[in-house]
Amino acid sequence: MSRVLLEAKGVAKHFGGVKALRDVSLSIRQGEIYGLIGPNGAGKTTFFNCMTGLYVPDGGGFTFDGAPLHADAPHQAARRGIARTFQNIRLFGNMTALENVMIGRHVRTGAGVLGAIFQTAATRAEEAAIRQRAIELLHYVRIEDRAGDLAKNLSYGDQRRLEIARALATEPKLLCLDEPAAGMNATETAELRELIEGIRSDGTTILFIEHDVKLVMGLCDRVAVLDYGALVIEDVPAVVQKDQRVIEAYLGA
Amino acid sequence: MKNGRFFRSTAGVMAGAVLLLVLPFVAAMGGQAWVRILDFAILYVFLALGLNIVVGFAGLLDLGYIAFYAVGAYTWALLASPHFGLHLPIWVILPIGAGLACIAGVLLGSPTLKLRGDYLAIVTLGFGEIVRIFMNNLNAPINITNGPQGITLIDPVAFGSFKFSGTTEIFGLALTGPQKYYYLLIALCVLVVIINLRLQHSRIGRAWQAIREDEVAAKAVGINTRNLKLLAFAMGASFGGVAGGVFSAMQGFVSPESFSLIESIMVLAMVVLGGMGHIPGVILGAVLLSILPEALRYGVGPIQTALFGRLLVDPESLRMLVFGLALVLVMRFRPAGLWPSPERRRELEEAGQ
Amino acid sequence: MDIFFQQIINGLVQGSIYALVALGYTMVYGIMGLINFAHGEVVMIGTLVAITVVGTLVDAGMPVALAGLGGVSASVLVCMALGWSLERVAYRPLRHAPRLTPLITAIGMSIVLQNLAMMIWGRNYLTFPSLLPRLHFELGGTHFTFIQVVIVVVSAATMGGLLLLVYRTRLGMAMRATAQNPAVASLMGVNINRVIAAAFVIGSALAALAGIMVGTYYEIAHYQMGFMLGLKAFTAAVLGGIGNMAGAMLGGVLLGIIEALGAGYIGDLTGGFLGSHYQDIFAFVVLIVVLMFKPSGLFGEKTGDRA
Repeated sequence: MSRVLLEAKGVAKHFGGVKALRDVSLSIRQGEIYGLIGPNGAGKTTFFNCMTGLYVPDGGGFTFDGAPLHADAPHQAARRGIARTFQNIRLFGNMTALENVMIGRHVRTGAGVLGAIFQTAATRAEEAAIRQRAIELLHYVRIEDRAGDLAKNLSYGDQRRLEIARALATEPKLLCLDEPAAGMNATETAELRELIEGIRSDGTTILFIEHDVKLVMGLCDRVAVLDYGALVIEDVPAVVQKDQRVIEAYLGA
Repeated sequence: MKNGRFFRSTAGVMAGAVLLLVLPFVAAMGGQAWVRILDFAILYVFLALGLNIVVGFAGLLDLGYIAFYAVGAYTWALLASPHFGLHLPIWVILPIGAGLACIAGVLLGSPTLKLRGDYLAIVTLGFGEIVRIFMNNLNAPINITNGPQGITLIDPVAFGSFKFSGTTEIFGLALTGPQKYYYLLIALCVLVVIINLRLQHSRIGRAWQAIREDEVAAKAVGINTRNLKLLAFAMGASFGGVAGGVFSAMQGFVSPESFSLIESIMVLAMVVLGGMGHIPGVILGAVLLSILPEALRYGVGPIQTALFGRLLVDPESLRMLVFGLALVLVMRFRPAGLWPSPERRRELEEAGQ
Repeated sequence: MDIFFQQIINGLVQGSIYALVALGYTMVYGIMGLINFAHGEVVMIGTLVAITVVGTLVDAGMPVALAGLGGVSASVLVCMALGWSLERVAYRPLRHAPRLTPLITAIGMSIVLQNLAMMIWGRNYLTFPSLLPRLHFELGGTHFTFIQVVIVVVSAATMGGLLLLVYRTRLGMAMRATAQNPAVASLMGVNINRVIAAAFVIGSALAALAGIMVGTYYEIAHYQMGFMLGLKAFTAAVLGGIGNMAGAMLGGVLLGIIEALGAGYIGDLTGGFLGSHYQDIFAFVVLIVVLMFKPSGLFGEKTGDRA
């Protein structure tokens, strides 16, 4: 069995009286595709937000890559190697597709104000490398021909791809996708699946939230189900699919 | 074709440079007062480009920018005037002024930059007022700022024995004080333009734009938004400090009156009215807004007399009235500013549909 | 201790005035997210119109009480019209413009109104006619005047009426709905234009009342009086949590009291180093400190990042 990359222990989060997450513990192993599913409002996105530092959990915590994840500042999560996309796509709309991916390189590069002002050799080399890598990533997600277009003018499917490219630019160990297939048709979903598998085979671990149960069951190595903020089950798809509690949660019985 | 464009733009830059070089002599034909107006226009360009880093690049609404200008101005005034009997040289004072302004920026910014836009605006505005009130009142029990009377007889800018006040003859050309300051200010402006341009197209500039577009997404890709905002704030403040020092030396006199809220608002108006974040636009805004009130000062009275044979209304209030109306009208008909960047104009057109 | 209660009374009076003006800022901000920088000038216009109308009526031989009533009505009406036109002419065309555009327009309008006022009323200080009898009271060593009582009572009554309007009428409901989400409110049949206009008109009426109170209290008026007052009132609105009406009221009163206490005690607190001319910094220092710990103001809703 490969080693654990991310471990959540007893994560809790409440908003006022609403308990969005109750004592959620799960572990994601290096190199797997891990699905997080559950009905609407089950706490999936809240879990993402706690993990990536947008929310501070009220209880419990995360261990990532062998060290505790002090995710009190979101940028630190990215630095540690966790990249994410958003359910409702958050691109930098008035920047070009290429620039969006270049932004993703920020955390792995270091040119500062003085370098920029004096245009030092190191800064120029770094800038060229940033651009080069961004172009490669646009190729990788197959939207290289849209490099110069403003992100907001891209089609929905291309925006999803761009968001993934931007996340990949941060060189993540763990890529978290929040409902990447939402709003996609069958062809686009198939292409997305291919993309996700490709990313995994390059060595990146993937965690994703999805509604499309067929996609999750077909793609994931393991699946966790959340309901009312609590973990129902964490296992391989074949087991999860047959679990009585999961069926009830989805049918609302 | 590319060559042609290169040639055209080089020719344009050359023509612009020549124009800038001879401008103080053209202005001098109308009297040294006009050269002084020109000096102030350039000083405002410098200030506005400094504020542009804060407002235009990082998207932080700063309504107390003039406080940093005041810090620079008072630093110069206290370190180079008979008030404390100190007469330190420029390469000591200017860095101290910029440094103090920078520290003031960090002190104000570090606890407040997490506030959302309009709250930050009112906090910076409050800070500006606090600084002004202190300058007004720090004459007792220990006389530091000399209160509302301000500080006089401030040393001019000088490099060794070359002073920027008074007339000097260079290569048979008589240069007046304001004309010399003009060239100094132009040099400073060229510097700040280069800094603005290079920052805009750098890793840092991109990160600022990302923060402006979507702060949450910027954090998610690993941008330390707090530090980058603080960086913009501190840089803007330092430029304000430098401008303040030069202002102090050029005027030979500072008092709290020069650092009121309306000055902060004026500089912000230059940035927004010109075209936020777009360097040529900001320059245009600063030149127009600093020259317009002066031009009106000279124009409003005589025009009234010519039209009606006498002064109907107080020229001073009429000129400010026209100025206020101009702000309103420009924003009404060019909401993205007089000369916005092409991308911003496109954004606006799309939003309007 | 005497100073303490005395300053509380003074602060309460000044604070009621701040609260009335702060309401104007907060209503407009709550509904359209605009800092209406020209609001302080509306207060100033209210004061100056009252001076002119009362003066004219008294000169025409009208008894002071009646002239005062005429002055108040005229001032309120003029300000309401002014508020309505400001919105219609200056701000409405910019509703979809970049965020800073209407701010610059507001600043422009502020400059325009100040200078118009200077043309009409001149650059000198004007004396505000005394409309109320100058009675003094004493209660347990604390002094206060009839004018102070009237200011506090009228402010409280006005604010009570406003709360009734906002929470008990259809217009109020429409205003609250628009503040929550303009797009949805408009889909539900709320006439957004009318709601925004109402916010401006009501805010300006309150501004006129506040202006008359300032005039009555300090007995002078000036074309630049609106600026600092507006700034303080806006600070009060932010202190309370901008967009929140109860917050604006409490923020106003709180700011008034803090200022009064600060002015009364600053000398003692700093061992005589800082005197009462530092009164004006209290508002801003308190504001900065409060926002450092409560980034949405004392009573503002928490607006966290959303993913």
